[in-house]
Amino acid sequence: MAFREYKIGARMFGLAFGSSMFITLYMAAVDISSVSVSQIGLHRQLGFGRAGGFSYEDPFLRGWAKPTQVILAVDPKTGAAIDPVTAYVYEKDVPFPNGIRHPRILGDGPRELSEGRGRIGEADDAVGAVFLTHEVEVNGELVPYIENATATRGWIPAETLAKVPDNKRLQVGKGKIMFVREGCWWCHTLLPEQTQDWQYFGAPPMLGDFNGESPTAFGSDRKAPDLTHVGSRNSSREWMMIHFFNPRLVQPHSIMPRYDYLWGDKDASGNTIDYDGWRSAYNEYAAGKSIVPPDVPVPHKDSEARALIDFVLNLK
Amino acid sequence: MFKYLLAREEDIPAGSAAIFFGFSSIIWFVVGTALGSFNAAKLAFPDFVTGIEMLSFGHMRQVHVLAVILGWISMAFAMAMMYITPALGNTKLWSEKLGIWNCFIWNIGLSVGLCGLWFGITSGREYSDMPFVIDVVIIGGLLIPLCLNVIMTIKTRRTQGIYTTNWFFGAATFMVIIVFAVGNSPEFFQLTGLTEAYLTWWFAHNVLGLWITPVAAAISYYIVPKVTGNPLYSHRIGHLHFWSVVVFYSTPAAHHIMSSPLPEWLKSFASVEGVLILVPAIAFVSNLLLTMTGKWNMFIENIEIKFTITGVLLAIPLNMQGGFQQTRAINWYIHGTGWIVAHAHLALLGFSTFLEAAAVYYGLQTLLRRKLYSLALANFHFWMLLIGFATYWISMTIAGLIQGAGKIYEVPYIDVVIAEHPYMIARWVGGTMVFLGNCVWMFNMWKTIRVGTVIPDGRLPHELAYER
Ligand code: HEC
Ligand code: HEM
Repeated sequence: MAFREYKIGARMFGLAFGSSMFITLYMAAVDISSVSVSQIGLHRQLGFGRAGGFSYEDPFLRGWAKPTQVILAVDPKTGAAIDPVTAYVYEKDVPFPNGIRHPRILGDGPRELSEGRGRIGEADDAVGAVFLTHEVEVNGELVPYIENATATRGWIPAETLAKVPDNKRLQVGKGKIMFVREGCWWCHTLLPEQTQDWQYFGAPPMLGDFNGESPTAFGSDRKAPDLTHVGSRNSSREWMMIHFFNPRLVQPHSIMPRYDYLWGDKDASGNTIDYDGWRSAYNEYAAGKSIVPPDVPVPHKDSEARALIDFVLNLK
Repeated sequence: MFKYLLAREEDIPAGSAAIFFGFSSIIWFVVGTALGSFNAAKLAFPDFVTGIEMLSFGHMRQVHVLAVILGWISMAFAMAMMYITPALGNTKLWSEKLGIWNCFIWNIGLSVGLCGLWFGITSGREYSDMPFVIDVVIIGGLLIPLCLNVIMTIKTRRTQGIYTTNWFFGAATFMVIIVFAVGNSPEFFQLTGLTEAYLTWWFAHNVLGLWITPVAAAISYYIVPKVTGNPLYSHRIGHLHFWSVVVFYSTPAAHHIMSSPLPEWLKSFASVEGVLILVPAIAFVSNLLLTMTGKWNMFIENIEIKFTITGVLLAIPLNMQGGFQQTRAINWYIHGTGWIVAHAHLALLGFSTFLEAAAVYYGLQTLLRRKLYSLALANFHFWMLLIGFATYWISMTIAGLIQGAGKIYEVPYIDVVIAEHPYMIARWVGGTMVFLGNCVWMFNMWKTIRVGTVIPDGRLPHELAYER
């Protein structure tokens, strides 16, 4: 750096780059993270669990160590019937979502209520926890918060799960992993635009709707419809099942890939799925040689396909 | 290459690191475009190769994107830096051995990371898809050694001033480290939700703006004066280019997610700064085109200039699109459509690839002291790239406009899919041409090492006549 100009230049460079970082990183991050979480945001992060991508507990994205979202019709402690409520069950050693681990993410109002009334500070990894969400009016505004029902009502995760039949469980946490791993977000978005998306499909997302979720998997390319509200326009489990197995069965012009491999080896009744047989029967049908397509096997309750369908139907 | 990993610094011939980087980049280019063409085939014919998890579109797309960005483009950059920086400083590379190790770790790290992505091990964030374990390798093993080598070579130069190209190289290698570190930080600091989404796009934008664009431009600042023999038209305009890149290019990241509920001030700020990107763009293009004055015959006759100037000319539509497509009204129409894919390929496959190809062509001939094996094959490569790219770009632009119209006029989605189908096929054909052209290039370069005419001492490759 022989010249004085270069010294000045280097400092100017630091200043220019530094101030651009200050505006686009510091100011932006402070502003965005000052927002309080919404009810939808709580629902999303509690359902999806801590991470939707690579993490230590699930390095191969197989959906390990994820929560289960259930609809409870009985009180798991007393066994008494209650009005159905949505609960998020974190079994032992399933990592808690970001809002529980770092309550500042929730924003001031929800954090105070969740820590005070909801007792989320007492949630313990070694035991697990059952969470509920509520909304109360504070100074004329609705503030959502999380309740740690394990601390407040003594609901034990394993007992809670035992009280819920399989068709009232949604494996959305595992399903989100499938969504990310299978790259659905290369074609679909989870971020509706100011077009028919907002007008017909449902309300646009708000600032607090994503606090605590990671990753948001918004997607940037759209080769297919936005999925933010897909569960409210099509709630048929059977349609989803057929469509994921081979989209061309319900939509001959679709370019969506087949996801039959998510079914695994066995179907719901434990029979081995004969993929080769299925494909050749389907090819006959596609070529017009037979009139009816082969039946789509029902996914096993622990299969990845089941979790993905749960996730998609839960996008309301 | 392996024998040099443990050799003593003095025993490694000057230029080895650049040569290894050069050939690695060509191989990654072939691999990356093969993957791209495979993906394009899947979008045109969804039942092409099906039922295998690893070969499904969702597993392959990010492998293509990162193979071309980190394999082809960035390794070609490293190659260019390792021979241009010392040449401009009239000195040797600071550490040839570090360069060799850098290249070795780069190839290994990238292969591991891409295989991981291929198996589905991803962080779920576009462009920063790699899990943070790999990010640490990228920063520590790839970028920091490169930056060290470049900056130290500039420091130990034997010329008085620092030429334009080296400002860009030095600044970009430094900035890209910061960009990688900050862009991948959400995983370390529990940044979630919108903050994370914003940082994801901050990363994606700045990798393009502070790494790919300035380094590609820097290459042309070297190649054009060197090969034509004309001095750079204006040093001052070079200054303007440099400073406006640092100030304007580093700020508009939010324009990638205009439809998300980000704070309005941030979106407006990004929009305005985005239009200002035209400042460095115009400075750059005009400076280089004016440098060509009196030597335009070389645009036809000389293969390196042909590549470089084509790249520079492609920067014009690129920045016109870039400057305006992020204003709110236009963004509303084209966001998320094939238009953006066309734009991404205009930037990476058009503008920057042509400049890197020139750097690799020129550098390998200079370093190996061998004249290019065949001009005919090189011209064939050029036209395959240009026609293939143009087919890709035009077809995806049309597809994007159809999609945009479909989105705004509320057409059922499946009708859009049907309308796009011919363009998807055209894109696949165009992309496959690029891939085939690259195979020819690899062959041409291989022949150059083996049987290319030896360049006598004291001569430059472009001064010699071709024998074939
Ligand atoms: C190659 C692009 C592509 C990929 C990847 C893809 N899809 Fe699709 N998807 C489409 C297209 C095109 C349609 C519209 C035609 C149809 O219904 O099949 C669609 C339709 C859908 C629908 C119905 C939407 C509606 O409005 O009713 C759902 C649900 C869906 N996809 C879910 C998924 C999931 C989950 C994944 C990942 C496992 C996925 N898609 C991956 C292209 C894709
Ligand atoms: C050096 C050359 C290339 C570079 C740098 C490059 C870069 C990229 C980038 C950055 C994307 C992401 C685009 C986005 O998110 O908007 C992408 C996607 C893609 N590229 Fe390339 N690409 C190159 C060559 C090719 C070739 C030769 C083909 C063959 C057809 C191809 C096919 C594709 C496809 C099919 C996609 C997915 C697009 C989509 O999701 O709609 N690419 N590429």
